[in-house]
Amino acid sequence: MDDLYRELILDHYQHPHNHGELEDADISFEDSNPLCGDKIRFEIKLKDNVVQEVRFNGKGCAISQASASMLSDELIGKSLDEIRKMNKQFILDMLGIPLGPTRIKCALLPLKVVKAAAYGLNASPDEEDEE
Amino acid sequence: MPALNLATKGLNVAAIREDFPILQQTVNGGKPLVYLDSTATSQKPGAVIAALDEYYRKYNANVHRGIYALAEEATARYEAARKQVQKFIGAKSFREIIFTRNTTESINLVAYSWGRANVQAGDEIVLTLLEHHSNIVPWQILAKEKKAKLVYIEVDEQGLLREDQIDRLITDKTKLVAATMMSNVTGTITPIKRIIDRAHAVGAVCLVDAAQSAPHMPVNVQALDCDFMAFSGHKMLGPFVGILYGKRALLEGMTPFIGGGEMIREVFLEDFKANELPWKFEGGTPAIAEGIGLGVAVDYLTALGMENVREHERELTGYALSKLQAVEGIRILGPLDRELRGGIISFDIPGIHPHDVAAILDREGICVRAGHHCAMPLHEHYGLAATSRASFYIYNVPEEVDKLVETLAKVRKIFNG
Ligand SMILES: Cc1ncc(COP(=O)(O)O)c(C=O)c1O
Repeated sequence: MDDLYRELILDHYQHPHNHGELEDADISFEDSNPLCGDKIRFEIKLKDNVVQEVRFNGKGCAISQASASMLSDELIGKSLDEIRKMNKQFILDMLGIPLGPTRIKCALLPLKVVKAAAYGLNASPDEEDEE
Repeated sequence: MPALNLATKGLNVAAIREDFPILQQTVNGGKPLVYLDSTATSQKPGAVIAALDEYYRKYNANVHRGIYALAEEATARYEAARKQVQKFIGAKSFREIIFTRNTTESINLVAYSWGRANVQAGDEIVLTLLEHHSNIVPWQILAKEKKAKLVYIEVDEQGLLREDQIDRLITDKTKLVAATMMSNVTGTITPIKRIIDRAHAVGAVCLVDAAQSAPHMPVNVQALDCDFMAFSGHKMLGPFVGILYGKRALLEGMTPFIGGGEMIREVFLEDFKANELPWKFEGGTPAIAEGIGLGVAVDYLTALGMENVREHERELTGYALSKLQAVEGIRILGPLDRELRGGIISFDIPGIHPHDVAAILDREGICVRAGHHCAMPLHEHYGLAATSRASFYIYNVPEEVDKLVETLAKVRKIFNG
């Protein structure tokens, strides 16, 4: 009925995958969307630099939460190097919905958090993902 | 829009709508534009738009100091607008009306020029929990610099200011009280006169944030006896220009805010002599067309009558409150009595993020705002990160409220199946 709120998006929003916390995370990072104050935190457990387990938590709109949920599935089995290479287009393809300039920020927040985690506290060098 | 049966007391809304070119369009494939975000910025009537156009086409010239006819006309119209604003808020003199960029700049001017000279370590600045960030952050900057203390008057369960705290928190330690007359989140109308009187009783100065009240209800600075008042032209049918009212004696005693051209009488190598009021506070070339347009906006509102504007919004707000309360699960912030609030309604539908609410409403051509509305401390108080906000002005009609409520039902359906 609504292309922005396809069933897949709503399903991930209402039943998010990998939601919660990790006791013994190796890396974690949190960031917020200054537009609405929404916060997302990712916690990741690694083995040989490959993602074993991932959890996310925080609050947000359907777009940012669905993006986080779908991204969390994608992360499992990926190396930190592979995560560092994920970009805006990857998220847009993953979500498969048309997004305006404001909502793109919601959609990209989870990736921003995950990449910051993968780069360590030195924030990711490529800010090209912003717009 | 079909015939209007409600909220037309005092205003001919059908005729008013004709005056707003932007409302004549359809959006999202033929849907009428339902603009419910006048709290952020109002729409502009054709007369205001025409005034900007006319300035640029016919007498675009810098103001003051011009000897030629064009510059004289620009100056005369710009200064005439100042007098229209003076009359609109009942100020004693045009010298008490300073044009700025917006409410935010007006408040910063006071914090910088008055605050730095008068606030000292240990002094208290009293604010309210209802404030917009622009009436919080300038005082935080000042308080940090001067080691002064910020004190907040809280709100009760209804979203009204705690009147019992006015006398308790405004004390002889208080140097300044900065309070809104109407909240841009809950619409709460504050007991501003009591606050001003209390401030004066303890020897403090009072600044009123009238960004939401000046556009929507009668405001008279002499009746209120406030020391400063800040508001924005763009929220009251005008262009992007701000206003600071200040009592002449206070303004005379203050140092300039922005130094440069326009604000000086004479400049020497080491020093300058400031210009007289109000130009002393208008450094550099001002927003000339916008100032002139503001005069036209003020004329438009004056012709309608601010009592009538308030009456129209009171009716519409009462109607909206009753309709919205029927939306399942909704939580409306602020008082539910239309007498106690303006036409600003922020709400939360648990489980559905305001961004999603606003995005779905947008599909139907309905413009509402989603977020913290530059009032994070107030949202924190309510335990919410964000809300959706619908707000009304002279051109809104009950049918638009109906459309909002119907679409909210659709939002619920999308999310809850
Ligand atoms: C109560 C209040 N104060 C201050 C402001 C700031 O106005 P401006 O952005 O025009 O400076 C607003 C605008 O939203 C407001 O509603």
